[in-house]
Amino acid sequence: MADILLDIQHLTRRFRLGRTASLLAVDDLSLQIHRGEIFGLVGESGSGKSTAARCVMNICRPSAGKVLYRGVDIWNPREFRANRTMLQTSRQLIFQDSASSLDPRMTAAEIIAEPMEIHRVRPPRGSLREEAAFQLRYVGLEPGCLDKYPGQLSGGQRQRVAIARALCMEPELLVADEPIASLDVSIQAQIINLFQHLQAEHGFSILFIAHDLAVVRYLCSRVGVLCRGRLVELAPTGELFDNPVHPYTRSLLSAIPIPDPRLERARVLTPFEPDGFDRAGELAEVSPGHLVLQGGGGV
Amino acid sequence: MSDLLEVKNLSVSFRTPQGELEAVRDVSFSVRAGEVLAIVGESGCGKSVLCRSIMKLLPRDAWIKGGTVLADGTDITAFGQREMERLRGRLFSMVLQDPMTALTPTIPIGKQIAEAVRVHQPRLSRQAVRRRVLELLELVGIDRPEDRCGLCPHSFSGGLRQRVVMSIALASGPKLLFADEPTTALDVTVQAQILDLLRDVQARLGTAAVLVTHDLGVVARAADRVAVMYAGKIVETGTVEEIFYDPRHPYTWGLLRSLPARARQGEPLYTIPGMPPALIDPPMGDAFACRNEYALAIDYQQAPPMFPVSDTHFAATWLLDPRAPRIAPPVGGGFHG
Repeated sequence: MADILLDIQHLTRRFRLGRTASLLAVDDLSLQIHRGEIFGLVGESGSGKSTAARCVMNICRPSAGKVLYRGVDIWNPREFRANRTMLQTSRQLIFQDSASSLDPRMTAAEIIAEPMEIHRVRPPRGSLREEAAFQLRYVGLEPGCLDKYPGQLSGGQRQRVAIARALCMEPELLVADEPIASLDVSIQAQIINLFQHLQAEHGFSILFIAHDLAVVRYLCSRVGVLCRGRLVELAPTGELFDNPVHPYTRSLLSAIPIPDPRLERARVLTPFEPDGFDRAGELAEVSPGHLVLQGGGGV
Repeated sequence: MSDLLEVKNLSVSFRTPQGELEAVRDVSFSVRAGEVLAIVGESGCGKSVLCRSIMKLLPRDAWIKGGTVLADGTDITAFGQREMERLRGRLFSMVLQDPMTALTPTIPIGKQIAEAVRVHQPRLSRQAVRRRVLELLELVGIDRPEDRCGLCPHSFSGGLRQRVVMSIALASGPKLLFADEPTTALDVTVQAQILDLLRDVQARLGTAAVLVTHDLGVVARAADRVAVMYAGKIVETGTVEEIFYDPRHPYTWGLLRSLPARARQGEPLYTIPGMPPALIDPPMGDAFACRNEYALAIDYQQAPPMFPVSDTHFAATWLLDPRAPRIAPPVGGGFHG
């Protein structure tokens, strides 16, 4: 077994809605991400994927539970202070919408160099600008983009700048929150290839959040399925797609569009009503590495 | 079947500080009564502008440079806003991409639908309007319409909101529905339901639809015919089977090959090299030539005409010229995943 980079233990996050109501965005989520793997987290909108990612990145405080990154409890203030630089440099986040996650008044070079300036990292290739140029070339952009503003770049180019910004800190964990959802098909393919190539080269881990299951199947080695904040199934990718057990997973898989008219029209949706589902119960292993939420009122 | 909409050699340009941007370049297509035509292409290829120019909903800095639009036999190219107002809703209406912003957040949905009904039938009595609203809600598959028509949009999920938007578009019984990325903002599980609803409504009412999308899964599910757009031009058009099983244009090949659903794990995905050209001062010849691995010398000099493949299938590529070398298409023949 590879060693564990990120260990999420019983993570719970509740949002208060007014005086009495509250929303359980993440409900008792436990999972481990190993060094060098691409882990996919899937679910519908509102299933708590992004909230979980934000808890992992110290953006959103969990209501209960622990997140251990390299053995450090990141929500314990003392431990966080003691490891601040390590935590802030070796975990990097890529957002869905690069149009709003990049400062429109900074050039690509400034955007990429900013984290190095903040952490006073000495650029390995001489100046900050040369380092930015190197990273830009590395993600497949021409050096001509260095002095362009985000508004002058296309969606795919902007997303590459966001990736370059994350890479310049040489992260060990990359959290990518729907990084390709806002891109066109042909650009999506380029970014997916880029992720795969970078991961193979650097060996970092990626927490890949997506709702497009075809991409997850292609890219990830293990997949966790969230439904209304609850982890209902976790398995190696092949196993999950071949033998889905939980009815919610089956329903999600049946919803993958097939780009083939005859097959697509024959595709039948497996309906699943997430409001009434049984969230009690525990994850049980049905085959090696394949966990399914079971028990309670029965699946 | 008669042509409900016929567009001939339509060109639309935008005024920009850098010069004229040719968003739609010499596009011709037709929509027959009762069919679904999908327009596919990447963002910026002009597919939305094409729809909006037919509806005459273009911003001020855009103008129609040339071509004709025949709607139900009448030439509407020169129609002003007042004349268009009479056509919009009656002849065609539009479903927008984002159901979150298309509805007014503070007005109950029943009232918003009633507004659309009243605009077109001002003489209708209050009871008749209400009946029509409930009928429309039922048509788009919202159950318990009596209880729900008093609710504001925030109490509905994205899928239900898109159904409401669709019922507003259908309020006046249009013959042609423009749906601009109707499922992009929705979850995958809801996407198919909305597309099936579109097909169902379209079959029951005999409405034709123009479906604008960048998603080939959407096309595979809902379209009868497909037009592939690239850099402001239609490069290939045919029935959905012809486009998916016998594509002829290299750009269509590229689109189909870059889908992750068709790739095997471990192999890198196919990508189309390069970027789409800027449409300010577009390149000479075929706009796709510099990204096309099968490009011929002539592609850089002269834009290819539409070559017929069958009665319904046309593609604008010099590869179909009898003098061109034979190339085995890298895709086609269906899905092998």
